[in-house]
Amino acid sequence: MSKGDTKLLKKERLEGFIESLLNDHVVFGPVKKNDLRLLDRIESVNDISLDRGNTMNSAKNALFPQTERLFAYCHGEKVVEIDAPSAEGRGLVLFGVRPCDARGLLLLDKVFGGSLKDPYYCDKREKTVVIGVACDKPDPKCFCLAMGGGPCSAEGSDLLLLDLGDQYLVKAGSPKGKTLLKNKAFQKIDKEALARADLVEKEAEKSMNQAVLAQAAIGEGLEKHLETLFDDPIWDDITESCLGCGICTYLCPTCHCFDILDETGQSTGERIRIWDSCQFPLFTHQASGVNPRPSSKERFRQRIMHKLCYLPQNGNLSGCVGCGRCVTECPVNLDIREVIQKISAREAK
Amino acid sequence: MSQLTHEIREAARGLLRDGKAQVVIGFEPGSLPLRSRPCFIRKEKDIERLVWSGFCETNVARYLPKRKGKVAIVAKGCDSRALVELIKENQITRDQLVIIGVPCEGMIDRRRIEAEMGHELIVEAEEKEGSLVVRTADSEKILDRKEYLFEHCKACTHPTPVVYDVLLGQPPGPQEAIDAFSDVDAFSALDREERWAYLVQETSKCIRCYACRNACPMCYCPECFVDATQPQWVGKSTGLSDTIIFHLVRAFHLAGRCVACGACEQACPMGVDIRKLNRKLQKDVIDLFHHEAGCSLDEVAPLATFRLDDPEPFMVEP
Repeated sequence: MSKGDTKLLKKERLEGFIESLLNDHVVFGPVKKNDLRLLDRIESVNDISLDRGNTMNSAKNALFPQTERLFAYCHGEKVVEIDAPSAEGRGLVLFGVRPCDARGLLLLDKVFGGSLKDPYYCDKREKTVVIGVACDKPDPKCFCLAMGGGPCSAEGSDLLLLDLGDQYLVKAGSPKGKTLLKNKAFQKIDKEALARADLVEKEAEKSMNQAVLAQAAIGEGLEKHLETLFDDPIWDDITESCLGCGICTYLCPTCHCFDILDETGQSTGERIRIWDSCQFPLFTHQASGVNPRPSSKERFRQRIMHKLCYLPQNGNLSGCVGCGRCVTECPVNLDIREVIQKISAREAK
Repeated sequence: MSQLTHEIREAARGLLRDGKAQVVIGFEPGSLPLRSRPCFIRKEKDIERLVWSGFCETNVARYLPKRKGKVAIVAKGCDSRALVELIKENQITRDQLVIIGVPCEGMIDRRRIEAEMGHELIVEAEEKEGSLVVRTADSEKILDRKEYLFEHCKACTHPTPVVYDVLLGQPPGPQEAIDAFSDVDAFSALDREERWAYLVQETSKCIRCYACRNACPMCYCPECFVDATQPQWVGKSTGLSDTIIFHLVRAFHLAGRCVACGACEQACPMGVDIRKLNRKLQKDVIDLFHHEAGCSLDEVAPLATFRLDDPEPFMVEP
């Protein structure tokens, strides 16, 4: 790491730094709202709550909102007027994003910004700065390490803040971040801070729940193995308790399926994009009336296959970043880590 | 092992061995501290998975509609009330069921415990005579179990199953009288704008994951009205009018049927006060028709029948 990539930020200067961002950006940060911690738009630096753990919703909400208006229309007798939203002039800052969520954004970038560019996502994304905050005290339910990330990884963050007590070590994770580091709020790094940061990072990784990591560990060739298990009766056992709700997909930082609908009125209407979930019956319900995924078994299998088989095979990506939201929030504790363990141990027929 | 766990296992063993049930639906330890989860036991060798704890909050009656064959089910008070309604609504027959009744001391709200422990790593939690011992890596906290129950458990009127084939555990002592609807009365006393503002505030949190509906034992429609496409009854956005219609219609659909088990709120990740509307309607049905859902296999649900002397306070004289 070259010296220009890492700097220091005194804690008392953080507020001023965020305020300077608020001047010309729309800033999202972790806030306390309705007894929950959510990543939400902030108006003031005082809204931010940097407690341990992660927000209930993920960073994807800011760039890929659950309901997004693509355009509105109004038709008279001969003319149709289209009102497409003009791109927000100001850039976005996502502050306080955890490394797992930042890594999740990289997956969304491939989906929405690949060979076919999704203008709604890309317009926002190009103007977005991700300022991550490392997990020096990872939550006991997290397993980012098992998924190839890390509690202090700067992957996906333009800047990553690591708490060193009275100051933050600030790492640039991208060229955008390097430019930002030229801001006068940041100070030169010294050897002592670097050594301390090294220690904090090692401690963070060591403090992660080792049993949880071992359980979620993905062995080599899992994606190939999964292919052979498509028709295996193990899915009946795994999914029997599944309620078929959308919690796991909606809270997931990488799930990105959507539907596009026209909400029509008499002479006006709008086209909206909404999140969709592979866990819902309507997801694959065909016009003929046939549903190729008639029950939770096929739907939950699809979730696992998409994350751990299709995405790794097609894009060399892991569909799971180990944030642990689906593990803690599933009403019946259907735990993806145990699913990984069960399918790994299952011998192909 | 708790006495109830032991008794549940023995009951399950007998039923499977004698062929009286093909599956026993009960609870097993979850993958995290403060969690138990539904499990389906079909073989005697799996019986040791069954447990009983203060974290068996799922309403397992939810797994019954349209199930075939003989089923044994470990039922708390609220589960048994859901069974009563499901039997009356022809979703399962009484003779398909073996109900293993368990008197319930109320289920513990894990989110409250986690908040109390302030994100410290909880290693384990153990229930001991009315208290809950929560251990972290380097400390131990003894909490009063009663303080950390779900709100709906605090207001429970039927902790002991109302219908069962075998009732395990100790016969429960006399129940403290509770005013189960004081918050509904307080809500009703608000003026119209305030009530609306509250419903807007709550439904605005909703992310339409439908966990409330899917956890609900009484929400078993093969096609929910929100999923209908021909016609499409309700928009699919998270805009207020769409979300509020979902919650209002669902509440109406549960009027006189909701068994107050709180499965909806337990499942909700966003903390929406879903039960306010359900309980308002529950109270209306009690006040108007003197009927409490899930308490009797013989009583006909008031909204499924018509009597000449049905009260009609909403009718206006011409």
